Amino acid sequence: MSDAALLRIEALRVSFRTPEGPGTAVDGVDLAVAAGETLGVVGESGCGKSVTALAVLGLLAVPPARIETGTIRFDGRDLLRLGEEERRRIRGREIAMIFQEPMTSLNPVLPIGRQVAEPLRVHLGLTEAEAREAAAGWLEKVKIPAARRRLADYPHQLSGGMRQRVMIAMAMVCRPRLLIADEPTTALDVTIQAQILSLMRDLKEETGTALLLITHNLGVVAQMAARVLVMYAGQVVEEAPVAALFEEPFHPYTQGLLRSIPVLGGRAGGAKTRLAEIPGLVPAITERIAGCRFAGRCPHAFALCREDPPALWAIGPGRRARCWLHLHPERRRHHG
Amino acid sequence: MGPPGLFPMLRYVLIKFATLVLLLILVSLTVFAVLFVLPGDPAQIILGIHATPESLARLRAELGLDRPFFTQYADWVGNLLLGRSALSIHYKMPVFELVASRLAVTGPLALLAMLFAVAFAVPLGIYAARHQNRPQDLAVMAFTQVGLATPEFWLGILLVLLFSVELNWFAAGGFPGWAADPLGSLKALLLPAFALGIIRAAILARLTRSSMLDVLREDYIRTARAKGLRERTVIYVHALRNALIPVLTILGLQLGQLLAGAIIIENVFFLPGLGRLVFTAIGMRDLPVVRDVVLLMAAAVVFVNFLVDLAYAAVDPRIELH
Repeated sequence: MSDAALLRIEALRVSFRTPEGPGTAVDGVDLAVAAGETLGVVGESGCGKSVTALAVLGLLAVPPARIETGTIRFDGRDLLRLGEEERRRIRGREIAMIFQEPMTSLNPVLPIGRQVAEPLRVHLGLTEAEAREAAAGWLEKVKIPAARRRLADYPHQLSGGMRQRVMIAMAMVCRPRLLIADEPTTALDVTIQAQILSLMRDLKEETGTALLLITHNLGVVAQMAARVLVMYAGQVVEEAPVAALFEEPFHPYTQGLLRSIPVLGGRAGGAKTRLAEIPGLVPAITERIAGCRFAGRCPHAFALCREDPPALWAIGPGRRARCWLHLHPERRRHHG
Repeated sequence: MGPPGLFPMLRYVLIKFATLVLLLILVSLTVFAVLFVLPGDPAQIILGIHATPESLARLRAELGLDRPFFTQYADWVGNLLLGRSALSIHYKMPVFELVASRLAVTGPLALLAMLFAVAFAVPLGIYAARHQNRPQDLAVMAFTQVGLATPEFWLGILLVLLFSVELNWFAAGGFPGWAADPLGSLKALLLPAFALGIIRAAILARLTRSSMLDVLREDYIRTARAKGLRERTVIYVHALRNALIPVLTILGLQLGQLLAGAIIIENVFFLPGLGRLVFTAIGMRDLPVVRDVVLLMAAAVVFVNFLVDLAYAAVDPRIELH
């Protein structure tokens, strides 16, 4: 992690009030994104990746959510100490976000041109005509056909892929320094996914925006990110440069994730192999776990794992892992 | 897909209009049939109990009461369509004139009442939704619960006691007439409209609250906040328009009912409105009046619903797809 980080989250802890009692959704997350960099954050649903993103923007509903501890520094300012008005000025202007569901993330009763123009009006004080013109330009940039004629269209007149393009245009109009994309392609058809990813890559290159890409899809991360963070049950369990992670995953959870990706023509000789799965379920956020949170599902777990929580140790250049195997490599079992 | 053209909009309006006409035909048939089979002979009422069978028969023939059902129905509807008014048996004047003079009271009363209702309900509902489960919300909910449980005549009487008897700000009832005293007439409608409106505000406020709560959970509200919009823009531009769609439906129903006359409140405040007219006319077996007024009331409800459908289309761009 360089000190020139644009975004630096330290020891972030977010709890939720749930009907089953208080639960910890994010438990001591550290991460940093440098200016212009793409960081992939990977994990199953419920691992705390979206909550972390919403905490950065200040969009968590309090209550039921509560930020217990931690700092979120953006460009040197601790966002958690800013007032609501100051945070609002950052949202959409310096940090923008796109969401998973393009079908429901746009307002159904407002024309898309207006929705794309809104950040320009509120943050940059553009007149209606100027903002409209800029919105048209951005709709062209995200490759919406006949963009100018579609300014007056409503979201229901667009396909899912087109709506996600509108969302991207809306997020990028103020040229934010950080774009948070929470599962931006998960709800889309595979062919559309590739188009949206390549669009995001192009725009990122053009604007120099840093990207915090949240996904459960390691394939997406491989295409987009230079560095990856793997989260499990509210904690970072592994961090690595993307190539290293794919070549030599350290944490048993990361290994499990990689084994569960289908590989096209992966096995020579045409032998059919079952896709590996990680047995068991992610623990509920209200569950109290003494040792490692993954121990219950881990093929290598031994007594220590169930008693003491491992720390996030540096295990190599740019690499960290939260696993007792770092101190007890002899415990790693090798499967035939 | 393309931009929303004029054609789908026009088609929507035409379909809704056709529905309106069809409904009016059904309503008129029902009204006529019900009054046709109802006991009570208008000829007997006009001539009194000592009338001879011959004079009764003559009057029945004169009034067309001896003719078959569909002939009478066609007569009635035909005359209505041609703008030919029947004569009221009791008031001895054209029913249209009678209705028009009463509508001049009931119409403004209904609109004023709904104005009060919306002016209270929508801000209260938004306020409660924004403070969900906090004391402010509980206060609004308790207040509206009282509103739901209060009979409007009782509220009317309380208002008269406070504002007319104690404070002497308003007359205790009566209606001077628009031509004679426009300002006094408006003033005469304020208390009854307030009584009607505040009761309806209770249900509208609850509806606005729950609808607003639903909308505030929507993804597009999170998007609006993520854009850095001011909270009031999020609430009044992004949330309210969506939240008002279900509220419009109930608002339309309430307005339709109020246009049909508020019999009880008109009696509390001695207002010469449609409600009192139909009440008197039924007692007098004034069949031509009852028939036309009941049809008008039903038509008011149907017509307001038509307007609500049009309002939907104005508020919700997705409507043309249905």
